[in-house]
Amino acid sequence: MTPAPGNGPILEAKSLNKRFGGIHAARDVSLHVMPGEVVALAGDNGAGKSTVIKIIAGVYKPDGGEVHYQGERVDQLTPREIRDRGIETIYQDLALADNLDVGTNLFLGREKVKHLLGLPYLDRKTMRSEAAKALEALGIVVRDLDAPVRTLSGGQRQALAIGRAVYWHARLLIMDEPTAALGVPEQREVLALIHRLKESGVGIIFISHNLHDIFAVSDRIVVLERGRKAGERLASETDGDEVVKLMMGGA
Amino acid sequence: MATLTDTTAAAGGRTRALRLILATWSWVFLVLILVFFETWARIETGNTFLLRTHNLQAIAIAASQTLLLALGLTLVIVASHIDLSIGFVTGLAAVTMAVVIRAIDPAVPPALSLVLGITVGLAVSLVPGFVNGWMVARLNVPSFIGTLGMYGIARGMALLVAGGATVSIRNPAATWFGNQHLYGVPFVVVMTILVTLAFHYLLAYTRFGLHTYTIGGNVEAARRAGVDVERHLIVLFLLSAFTAGLGGIVYTARFSAGAAQAGEPLLLYAVAAVFIGGASLTGGQGTIKGTVIGALIIAVIQFGLVFINVAPYWQFIAVGAVIIVAVLIDQLRDRLHVGSPA
Repeated sequence: MTPAPGNGPILEAKSLNKRFGGIHAARDVSLHVMPGEVVALAGDNGAGKSTVIKIIAGVYKPDGGEVHYQGERVDQLTPREIRDRGIETIYQDLALADNLDVGTNLFLGREKVKHLLGLPYLDRKTMRSEAAKALEALGIVVRDLDAPVRTLSGGQRQALAIGRAVYWHARLLIMDEPTAALGVPEQREVLALIHRLKESGVGIIFISHNLHDIFAVSDRIVVLERGRKAGERLASETDGDEVVKLMMGGA
Repeated sequence: MATLTDTTAAAGGRTRALRLILATWSWVFLVLILVFFETWARIETGNTFLLRTHNLQAIAIAASQTLLLALGLTLVIVASHIDLSIGFVTGLAAVTMAVVIRAIDPAVPPALSLVLGITVGLAVSLVPGFVNGWMVARLNVPSFIGTLGMYGIARGMALLVAGGATVSIRNPAATWFGNQHLYGVPFVVVMTILVTLAFHYLLAYTRFGLHTYTIGGNVEAARRAGVDVERHLIVLFLLSAFTAGLGGIVYTARFSAGAAQAGEPLLLYAVAAVFIGGASLTGGQGTIKGTVIGALIIAVIQFGLVFINVAPYWQFIAVGAVIIVAVLIDQLRDRLHVGSPA
């Protein structure tokens, strides 16, 4: 799991450009992520944060620029292909099916199937126990494994979404406002979770409005402003005031 | 990580008990109406209602007719859509089959003309199914409106094919298929049981079924998981039209006549069966098992009311009332299922 440090970035995006009609949603945005590094993507609403992560996740094809992941160019791949290579995006709405249990959610799209007399059938038992293990590894205990995930708390759901990514060997996690919908204690748990993922060598792009959270977990901060990169700072060498100034287009 | 433990368990045993009742009310309801009709029969006629082969056969056939339409519909509703066209897709299949058999009888052997009639009838019923799926999946037409339009179109097509009248046939093979018993069990019931088992397997045990639930629960989650949602929806509407078409085939075979309005009351019954069976208007819920119970409840009401000499129009009123009760129960269940938000 642990990559040799100094091996170069796990992800490198070079001069990404994306237009939607007259709107230049991303212009010449470059960023890179090292293994085990948390890069925060900061910016006001409409600064281009979600455009950039959607290009990386393969949802949008860039109009210009390239994305390289573990030495391979990936900007023309489908979201599925990108996911299969180990880039997982954890969206705000978590992409969980609320009506299904933890097991099927963990395996969504990659379900475990057994055969009986040649007929395939879902192996719910294995999926459930694998989900329990994956959550346990993140320090989460779900009592009622066959209950629909809508009965879980916000923090548990967040953990399930992260657990799913980790289970499928994600090497780069893109987290879109992972703490936004959570109460304070659960926010803290998620931040602790990010620290643990970081130690295992996973690269993380962390999007947040919350400067406190950004400084709590990130190594580097990339600030976007109206589609451009307004600045890039090491978290240890900047402070909230400077980041806010960059976000507002000053500094 | 003590803060991330399950908070809903604290909700207590009372909610749990209530949830159990809400989850099983349809079984209880079925038993209650059976008890009601049985008691009525014993008191009024001094005879049994339930233990007569003829009554059981009649209930099983009525349930089969509803169930055939409700099977495909269950899948569509689980995916949080609706198919209102099935009533007249049934009629379209029924008249098409009758017209084909009428056209080629007696030039070809009855069995062959039956097979041809069934094949063409089912094939024709797939056309509105495909158009429904295509409208909903590719053109983003809300299924309620799209299939309501198709309800009208299929109705008109069925009347055109039938020439505005009932199309009678004289085909011994069809009569046999529609009315023959297998150890006391009507052949059409046996066929319905087999189709039901196939749909139960499909929805409960396969990836296809799980993806249907996923689409109903969170269509974005399905998309991100790599499910081809458009293709999936088209297949669902094809399956819905297919089982509706089977309903039409059974109708024509039973009555040796195809009628455009063959499925008219069945749309109401099928929708009722699915919702009584535990499906939710918001999608993501429902089972074939539940739909079977729903279809049985409706069949018992249908036949039971006739049995106790109530004017047949009361069937519609009773079934309509049961639909409303089912939806109210669904809402109550939704409220109890919701966990703590954070």
